[in-house]
Amino acid sequence: MSIHSSDVAEIANRAYQYGFVTELETDIVPRGLSEDVITLISTKKQEPEWLLEWRLRAYRHWCTLREPRWQNVTYEPIDYQDIIYYAAPKQKTSIASLDEVDPEVLAMFDKLGISLAEQERLSGVAVDAIVDSVSVATTFKERLADVGVIFCSFSEAVREHPELVRKYLGSVVPFRDNFFATLNSAVFTDGSFCYIPKGVHCPMELSTYFRINAADTGQFERTLIVAEDGASVSYLEGCTAPMRDENQLHAAVVELVALDNAQIKYSTVQNWYPGDAAGKGGIYNFVTKRGKCAGINSKISWTQVETGSAITWKYPGVVLQGDNSVGEFYSVAVSANHQQADTGTKMIHIGKNTRSTIVSKAISTGHGQNTYRGLVKILRSAEGARNHTQCDSLLIGTECGAHTFPYVEVKNSSAEVEHEASTSKVNEDQLFYCRQRGISEEEATSMIVNGFCREVFKELPMEFAIEAQRLLNVSLEGSVG
Amino acid sequence: MLEIEDLHASVGDTEILRGLDLTVNPGEVHAIMGPNGSGKSTLAHVLAGRGNFDVTGQVHYDGHDLLVMSPEERAIAGVFLAFQHPIEIPGVGSLYFLRTALNSIRRGHSLDEVGPVEFLKLIEDKMALVEMDQSFMSRSVNEGFSGGEVKRNEILQMAVLEPSLAILDETDSGLDIDALRVVASGVNALRNEKRAMLVITHHQRLLDYIVPDRVHVLAAGRIVRVGGKELAISLEEHGYVDLGETARPDQPATIGTAT
Repeated sequence: MSIHSSDVAEIANRAYQYGFVTELETDIVPRGLSEDVITLISTKKQEPEWLLEWRLRAYRHWCTLREPRWQNVTYEPIDYQDIIYYAAPKQKTSIASLDEVDPEVLAMFDKLGISLAEQERLSGVAVDAIVDSVSVATTFKERLADVGVIFCSFSEAVREHPELVRKYLGSVVPFRDNFFATLNSAVFTDGSFCYIPKGVHCPMELSTYFRINAADTGQFERTLIVAEDGASVSYLEGCTAPMRDENQLHAAVVELVALDNAQIKYSTVQNWYPGDAAGKGGIYNFVTKRGKCAGINSKISWTQVETGSAITWKYPGVVLQGDNSVGEFYSVAVSANHQQADTGTKMIHIGKNTRSTIVSKAISTGHGQNTYRGLVKILRSAEGARNHTQCDSLLIGTECGAHTFPYVEVKNSSAEVEHEASTSKVNEDQLFYCRQRGISEEEATSMIVNGFCREVFKELPMEFAIEAQRLLNVSLEGSVG
Repeated sequence: MLEIEDLHASVGDTEILRGLDLTVNPGEVHAIMGPNGSGKSTLAHVLAGRGNFDVTGQVHYDGHDLLVMSPEERAIAGVFLAFQHPIEIPGVGSLYFLRTALNSIRRGHSLDEVGPVEFLKLIEDKMALVEMDQSFMSRSVNEGFSGGEVKRNEILQMAVLEPSLAILDETDSGLDIDALRVVASGVNALRNEKRAMLVITHHQRLLDYIVPDRVHVLAAGRIVRVGGKELAISLEEHGYVDLGETARPDQPATIGTAT
C-alpha cells in the first residue's frame, strides 16, 4: 500500500456520506437501565400491562446473563448503565399525514436520499422511517389498508392490533433467546410491524429506514412480519448513523412468521457508520434476526449486504418447521479499515423435505476481519432435508483476514448437506486484463468485487441492488494503492 | 509509429529480451515468429505494460514514451493486446465490461460516454464480424467460453475499442481451422491504413489467413531475421533450429528444443 495514512483518513471520512447530525428537539429518558427506566419507557408509549410485564420479565432474566465472548470479534466492554435507552424526536404523538411531520425530520431524510414525500409520490415503496427510538412516519398506509395489509410502527401496532402483537411477539425469538435479544425485549422502543392477510400478495415493496441521530443512545428496535396462508411480501431495511467518536450499540430483533404457502423476502442494506480509518467510533450491530417457516410450503429468504458498522455480529436464520418449506440466506459482508464482521446464518430443519440455500460472500480489505459462521441443523424429523452452502471469501491487501466456521449437525440419515468454500485474492491477471482495456485499477477492482457478489446482488430488488453496488464501491475506495 | 530500441526485459536473474529493435509503421502488419521461450509473449506483455518485468531500453509510440505509462494509459493511447490466455472474470457481464472499457478510453480522449442503448447498436455489427452469438452479451467475461469463443471475444473487443496498435499474442493457439478462419477474417476486416498490427505466432498457418507485410524471427530475446511472407514459409519447412544456432551459439541446447 503506497497511500499515506493521512490520505486514508481523508478517504475514509469522505467515504461515509451520512455522518451528519440533525438538530432535532429530542425527548430522552435518563441514562442507564433499571426497572424504573423500563416502566418509564412503557408509560411513555402508553403500553398495555401485559407488555410491561413481558419487558420486566426479560429485564430480570437479562440481569442473570453474561455477555457472550465466543464470537470472533473484539471490543471494549460496553457500559450498559451509560447508554440512553430512549430518545425520540419531539413531535405530535400521532400524525395524520406527512405534512405534520417535523420539517427537520423530512429534510434529514431528504439528505439521506430518502425523500419521504418523493417516495410517497414516485417510487411506490412504502416506508416506515425510524429515528432513534421511534417511528416518525409511515407512508402509503391507506393504500395498503385497502388490500388488508397492516404496515405501521410497532408502537401503533401495540395500540391498534394488540391481539396480533401479543400472539406473535417472541414467538420466533423468545425473550430468553440470547443476551442482546433479551436486552432488546426489555427496552425495545419502536420498529415496524407488518401483517399480510390470507392470500394477499403485498402490492408494493415495504421498507423500514433506520436512522440513529442522538448521541450516546442505543437503538433497540423490533420488527415483526407475519404472512398468513398464501400471502407474500418483500421487505427492505436500510440504516445509517452520524459519525461519532464513541461506539453506539444497535441491538435489534427481527421476527418473521410465514404460515402455509406464504413467502417473505427480507432484504437489508446495512450502512451504519463503520468508524474512522483508525478504527475509532462506529456502530456495534448486534442483531438477532430469525424467521419461522411455520406452515407447509412456506419460504423465507434473507438477503443482506453489510457494508457498515464497526462490528457486525448476526446470524439471520430460518426455522424450517413446515414440511417442504424453504429457507435462503444470501449475504455480502465487507470489512474495510478496522471493521469486524462475524456473520452467517442458522438453518434449522424440522419438517420433511425442507430445503435451505446459503450463499455467503465475504470481502476483507485494509485491516478488516471477516468471519462466516453458519449452522445447518437437521433434526430427526426432517426426512429428506437438503442444504447447499457456498461460502466464498475475497481478500484485498495483506493485512486483512477471512475465517470460516461452518457447523453442521445432522440427525437424519436421509439428509443431503453440501458445503463449498473458497478463499481468493483479487487476481493480478484479472486486474491486468481490465487495465489493458483502459479501465483504471480502482474501477477494475470494484468491477471484480461486484462480480464476486453478483449472485447475492441479483437477489435484491433493483433499486436496492444499485444502492448496494454503490455502497460497496464507497467501502472499497482507497483499498487499492 | 512504434519504435523499439535495444529493449531488455528480465524476471529476476533471467533475461528474456536481450536487446530487441523493431519499427512498425501505421497500416503495417508485422508477424513475430519464433520458438517457444524466445520471448514473443514477453514482448507483447512488456508493450502492454505488465508490471512483473525489469525493463530497460526505449519504446516510442505515437510520440509517447511508452515504458513510463501505466497499462490503462497505454490502452487509452491506442495499444491493444489480444491475450493468448484471456482470463475469466466471474459475475462481470461481457457487455458491461466492454462498455466500461470503451467509455474509459473515451473519457481518456475527453469524448462523451456511450450509453447502454447506443452501445447495443454499436456492438451488433461488431459481433457479426466475429460471428458472436447474442447469448454472449449476458455471459460473464470469458467464463465458460470455448477456446474459439475466448479468441473471438478478444477480436470483438479489438473491433469495439479500435486501437491504433493491435498486438495479437498467439491468437491462433487452440483454434480449429473453422474458428481460425473466423478470427482471421475478423482481424483482416480491421486492417486499415492507420492501424498497425503485431501478430505473434508460433505457426506459419495463421499467416496464410493474415498476410503480413514483414516477418521477424525472434530467437533468445533478439530479432535474428527479417523478411517478407516467404520467410514464414521457409521457417515452416526448416524449423527454427538454424536460426537459433546463429543467434545464440553459446546456448544451443535451449534453442534446439523448439519444433
